[in-house]
Amino acid sequence: MPFKRYVEIGRIALVNYGKDYGKLVVIVDVIDQNRALVDAPDMVRGQMNFKRLTLTDIKIDIKRVPNKKTLIAALEAADVKNKWESSSWGRKLIVQKKRASLNDFDRFKIMLAKIKKAGVVRQELAKLKKETTA
Amino acid sequence: MLGLGQRFPPFHTAFEPAALHRSYTTTESMAPKDRKPHVCRNPDLIRGVGKYSRSKMYHKRGLWAIKAKNGGAFPKHEKKAAAAAPAEKPPKFYPADDVKKPLVNKRKARPTKLRASITPGTVLIILAGRFKGKRVVFLKQLSSGLLLVTGPFKVNGVPLRRVNQSYVIATSTKVDVSGVSVEKFDDKYFGKKVEKKKKKGEGEFFEAEKEEKNTLPHDKKDDQKTVDAALIASIEAVPDLKSYLGARFSLKSGMKPHELVF
Repeated sequence: MPFKRYVEIGRIALVNYGKDYGKLVVIVDVIDQNRALVDAPDMVRGQMNFKRLTLTDIKIDIKRVPNKKTLIAALEAADVKNKWESSSWGRKLIVQKKRASLNDFDRFKIMLAKIKKAGVVRQELAKLKKETTA
Repeated sequence: MLGLGQRFPPFHTAFEPAALHRSYTTTESMAPKDRKPHVCRNPDLIRGVGKYSRSKMYHKRGLWAIKAKNGGAFPKHEKKAAAAAPAEKPPKFYPADDVKKPLVNKRKARPTKLRASITPGTVLIILAGRFKGKRVVFLKQLSSGLLLVTGPFKVNGVPLRRVNQSYVIATSTKVDVSGVSVEKFDDKYFGKKVEKKKKKGEGEFFEAEKEEKNTLPHDKKDDQKTVDAALIASIEAVPDLKSYLGARFSLKSGMKPHELVF
């Protein structure tokens, strides 16, 4: 089982603990065995322990410690946002956020929609069963 | 004292204190709008230590100028002749033990503070009582602090009713209540009717009277209908809202109240 995602300059990681929980950051430098210098368009560049990061599949092409402008340009060029939001991991996180922000009324509407969908599926299943037995 | 008069003209033209321009007869209450907010004359360097010394402050306040205007002495008002207090007779009775006076209580009773999330038209979830779990529409807060809510009655069976704010979850769903007038409802409307006690009739008489009084008077039913008519119209405008209000709320498996957004 070789490793597929490496810590390298330009690797996009997800912060999984702390003040910036849930943010996508770019590893712009490695400080030592345990820490990396990370940067994101909406935060001040700073150090973070690798334990707080979860590596993703996305990598961008940057030199070591670029300035903010270059970093943002590189992120745009690689289209990180869309790649992330279309990946299954990214989509899962979006769904989780949406579910957490649901209103009581929204939850009710979803319940109605689920029942409706299940009803339609059951009808189709019944039809298919009839066809196979007939 | 004479030396004071010599000092004024060359030194103090730059320091004209405001005191010279104000007349002594105007008080704060007479023309509050004309005054500009006064900047502190003696700013704090640190807490407890002003920038200017006592003698400098005396000069800044213009007390020297007020005195000069008044001929060397600070102007005094004559003491008002104190109204002769009526001669108090010594009391006839002194209590043996000191009687304690109750402490002064200047608190005013006012209705409970309404949560910011509760505004007219908010859908509330009632948590206790006969209608627990029911989703109702909030109309207004009464003077006692209780909340006036209605089902509407046709939708979920909750009539015009008072509910305590503490037994209610406010959702973020709002219903349009602009067409509803709730002015006539107050705590007295909901109070228990005072029954005239009739001790003469006992046994059968009593039971007959009780049965009569259990039905709602017609005017209350009409009030319910008028309030609900406008409400139901605005409820039906929103899809699924009517069935939402008709359904009861319950916690299902996996729902964590502290994580739920209502």
